[in-house]
Amino acid sequence: MNAGEMARALTRIAHEIIERNKGAENLALVGIHTRGVPLAERLAALIGRFEGVTPPLGKLDITLYRDDLSEIALQPVVRKTEVPFDVQGLRVVLCDDVLYTGRTARAALGALIDLGRPAVIQYAVLVDRGHRELPIRADFVGKNVPTSRSEVIKVKLHETDNTEAVELLEWA
Amino acid sequence: MTTPKHLLDTQDWTVENIEALFNTADVMAQVLERTIKKVPALQGFTVGTLFFEPSTRTRLSFERAARAQSADVVSFAAGGSSLAKGESLKDTLKTLDAMQADLYVVRHAVAGVPHQLARWTDAAIVNAGDGRRAHPTQALLDAYTFRQRFPDGFAGKKLAIVGDIMHSRVARSNAELWTKLGAQVTLCGPRTLLPPELAGGRVSLTTDLCEAAEGAHAVMALRLQSERMGRGLLPSLAEYRARYCLTEEVMAGAHPDALVMHPGPLNRDVEISGALADGPQSVIEAQVKNGVSVRMAVLYTLLVGRR
Repeated sequence: MNAGEMARALTRIAHEIIERNKGAENLALVGIHTRGVPLAERLAALIGRFEGVTPPLGKLDITLYRDDLSEIALQPVVRKTEVPFDVQGLRVVLCDDVLYTGRTARAALGALIDLGRPAVIQYAVLVDRGHRELPIRADFVGKNVPTSRSEVIKVKLHETDNTEAVELLEWA
Repeated sequence: MTTPKHLLDTQDWTVENIEALFNTADVMAQVLERTIKKVPALQGFTVGTLFFEPSTRTRLSFERAARAQSADVVSFAAGGSSLAKGESLKDTLKTLDAMQADLYVVRHAVAGVPHQLARWTDAAIVNAGDGRRAHPTQALLDAYTFRQRFPDGFAGKKLAIVGDIMHSRVARSNAELWTKLGAQVTLCGPRTLLPPELAGGRVSLTTDLCEAAEGAHAVMALRLQSERMGRGLLPSLAEYRARYCLTEEVMAGAHPDALVMHPGPLNRDVEISGALADGPQSVIEAQVKNGVSVRMAVLYTLLVGRR
């Protein structure tokens, strides 16, 4: 995906979130570190532009909730979770860049539920690449990208990578 | 960055390791502020606490730190154990190893025991105080508490530690860690309790409390460890109190934002005035609270690094 395709996908997701939740009332967006955070920020801004109400924004670190820590790094860096509002009773949309095995989503659900009891949790991703290991699906998907396990999806964002693209690479 | 296998001394940990640990402790502190003060990060790990010497706050702090991350805890206290029946330390450790602990938190009255245990087991070892030699987690939580109040760091800062330096593993570990991080450390106490070999580098010694506190960014009072003292080290408690009790008058010469610290347990109006211990400069309660988050970070760093 190039920058234009990514922008269009996010615009569509923002509309779908509004549609599914019948507006932006009682809505909150929570991005999963790292690239889920800027995606949540962009979606919140789009929803604010379309609805006149910008949903509150949170940042979730899921490192302490993962069941595959050793597979992601020898010493995973733990970041702060910043959800500056009470999630109790809110309709929370978790946002991430790529949905793959589903283990990140599972960890994020655990981390979010430990903060309170949202009325609904929905899941928005820019790319769904398949290969699920858990019974998890996304409510909002920017693009479904069929991949093999030997491939890697790399999402690059201005905020984190100074460029804008979704690339499909062969695992080195 | 290499993850250290053990925490036996702060010397073995680089400044980078320590900064990463403090950042992890920030997150752990956040976990402890929540309604649900528990995360599953160490699910499946077993932490053994081996306390061959009495302890309340350190042992409870470690157990709380382990359980807050969903680790299982096996506790061992020397009193009433097979050690009292003549079993060797090595055989006791073998018994505990059979219970498949992944990490041992060890306190012992003899210096070097945690190092020896590290040679006998594959588990990680955390030194929770060995003799008068080292108490690394206390030093880490003290430095962490300081960093919370002085986020610009340790360079150019001055720490004074006053009291029974001779018998204090806390003083030794703090002097090592704070100077490594860039601070100047002044150790202060009666000449009989002030080992001259501790001076050097960024560490200086003095018998004058006001001189030690002058311009200090933190002043830490230590407990008089009468149980470790032979006779004749102090003329009298009254004289000690008169010259070395940390008071508001002494703190008047310190930096205006100086912190008052004490590793506890404290003897009010002997090594520190009660008013000062409860006053606005005191971070004694914060030290205890931070003890849990720093120890959570230690357990997390050592155990997740091994998984």
